[in-house]
Amino acid sequence: MQSRLLLVTAAIAALSFGQAARKPGAPTKAWQAPRTPDGVADIQGFWNNSTLTPLERPKALGTKEFYTEEEFAELSRRVREGKIGAEADLGAAAEQTLRYDLSLYGFDITKATFASNRRTSLIVGPEGVVPPMLPQARKRNADRAAKNKGHEFDSYENRPLQERCILLGQERIPMLSGPNDNNELQIVQGRGWVVLLHEINHDTRVIPTDGRPHIAQRIRQYQGDSVGHWEGDTLVVDTTNFMDIGNFRGSGEKLHLIERFTRTAENTLLYGFTVEDPETWATPWTAEVPMTRSEGPVYEWACHEGNTMISTILNGARVAEAEAAKKGK
Amino acid sequence: MYDFGVTKLMGLALVGGLLTISAAGQAYKAPRTADGKPNLNGIWQAVNSADWDLLGHAAAQGPVLSLGAVFSRPPGLSVVEGDEIPYLPAALARKKSNQADWVKLDPEVKCYLPGVPRATYLPYPFQIIQSQKTIMVAYEYAGAVRTINLEAPTKAPADSWMGWSNGRWEGESLVVDVSSQNDETWFDHAGDYHSDALHVIERYTPRSADTLNYEATIEDSKVFSRPWKISMPLYRHVEKDAKLLEYKCVEFAEEVLYGPLRKKPRTNP
Repeated sequence: MQSRLLLVTAAIAALSFGQAARKPGAPTKAWQAPRTPDGVADIQGFWNNSTLTPLERPKALGTKEFYTEEEFAELSRRVREGKIGAEADLGAAAEQTLRYDLSLYGFDITKATFASNRRTSLIVGPEGVVPPMLPQARKRNADRAAKNKGHEFDSYENRPLQERCILLGQERIPMLSGPNDNNELQIVQGRGWVVLLHEINHDTRVIPTDGRPHIAQRIRQYQGDSVGHWEGDTLVVDTTNFMDIGNFRGSGEKLHLIERFTRTAENTLLYGFTVEDPETWATPWTAEVPMTRSEGPVYEWACHEGNTMISTILNGARVAEAEAAKKGK
Repeated sequence: MYDFGVTKLMGLALVGGLLTISAAGQAYKAPRTADGKPNLNGIWQAVNSADWDLLGHAAAQGPVLSLGAVFSRPPGLSVVEGDEIPYLPAALARKKSNQADWVKLDPEVKCYLPGVPRATYLPYPFQIIQSQKTIMVAYEYAGAVRTINLEAPTKAPADSWMGWSNGRWEGESLVVDVSSQNDETWFDHAGDYHSDALHVIERYTPRSADTLNYEATIEDSKVFSRPWKISMPLYRHVEKDAKLLEYKCVEFAEEVLYGPLRKKPRTNP
């Protein structure tokens, strides 16, 4: 009698577990990534993380996390007609008074796409926006800006890191980009290591996957210190040790970034990240963007070698000052 | 009666024979990657003063007197086979004027990308990440990087600072053909330079568990009368958890590049 009860219980448990594991409409067998010769998931190749999907959800969409297939098809149709609405983020390609005219560089808006997972924003969850910034972070960032006010053109030290070709906006981690340019990423895997070559400013991240600890806390770097490990077929990369230079979206030196790379289909690499900084946001927040396979190659992006921005801008400021002095202000 | 003389002779011959076999026949064979190629994965560094001067050189006063013995030229044996760089006469004059004014002219002072082969023997480590179709070489200096294509050779889309690398396996060696470098880089602080016709062929050959033999044949018909060759060992960083760190040297070069454009002169030197 007892054994039969056990059997029935077990059967019920097995049934409910099976049903919970299978979402409606999901494929019965998950796609499995091929292996490298060393036996880990193969995420190598050229990938592109450009997307029209904005980081934060447009207010009008409220808590809606996913477009329906019909809505998504409608959005894609509008892209092909060049009619992007508030649901899209054009990044630097957006109309501005003074801008790089990206069409000069071959940027074709009708070829840009929304994230293939049909999310309404890259940030996941019902809120879909970056949590409010803590008062101490606002003050920290305001103080930094105030120090520079009135000195913006004094010297190269007063110019932003991207103008100096030290750290471009899209070069920062986590990797976020608009749909325009320099979204190419090349991944190569050697035994115990993964290297990510981001085309923008030839940013190269060489990440150990042997489970080692971070380097000493005393050593701070622009891109922090990254260590990785595999959780099944997902590469998990943990980054700390950021410098205090005004980091990703106003965060500070306690920034802690966790990135996840999962190949979910032949030509899709799902890139997800969780950001936490107890001195900037009250809660961590998470975003994801499916990267699409790209053709390559990655071109050399020799930013500093070709930099005429700093000299031109500072020279201009010196000329303007000299002329103002001549006129007796 | 047993003839010990013959036995001794046979014994010596046997030992001699074995010694001959081990000396001539056994080149070092590196452990393999999972796809059967010599495993070059690792963090490597040259240990010499080739970045100061490829040719043999004695110690000499450095360019900043206040740095005294901390920054003077160390001595070094030549890494150039034959200890001669075969400049064309006009090109030699340019090398000499480069050398005389190297602090102003050497692109390494400005944290510019170093090109190949200089990237290999800069005094910073670099890392080889080896896969089946591609080898990526990441250099600590300036975050320089290059990709070596191991599939059918491809053509460079344009000139670049680090050139375009096509590689193949030849027995125990990785042979890399580097083309399409621009003419902006130097070979060392001694003013050794090249044109945009530079063509470099490198060989990386494991010589022991923790060393590689590095060779580079350099040809440039606009600057040199014939090809010439450098060679040196590369040493593995064997310390636990060895890792490249950031040497983003742009900020260390900015005063040189943009100092004169300051609104007010710097208060500290």
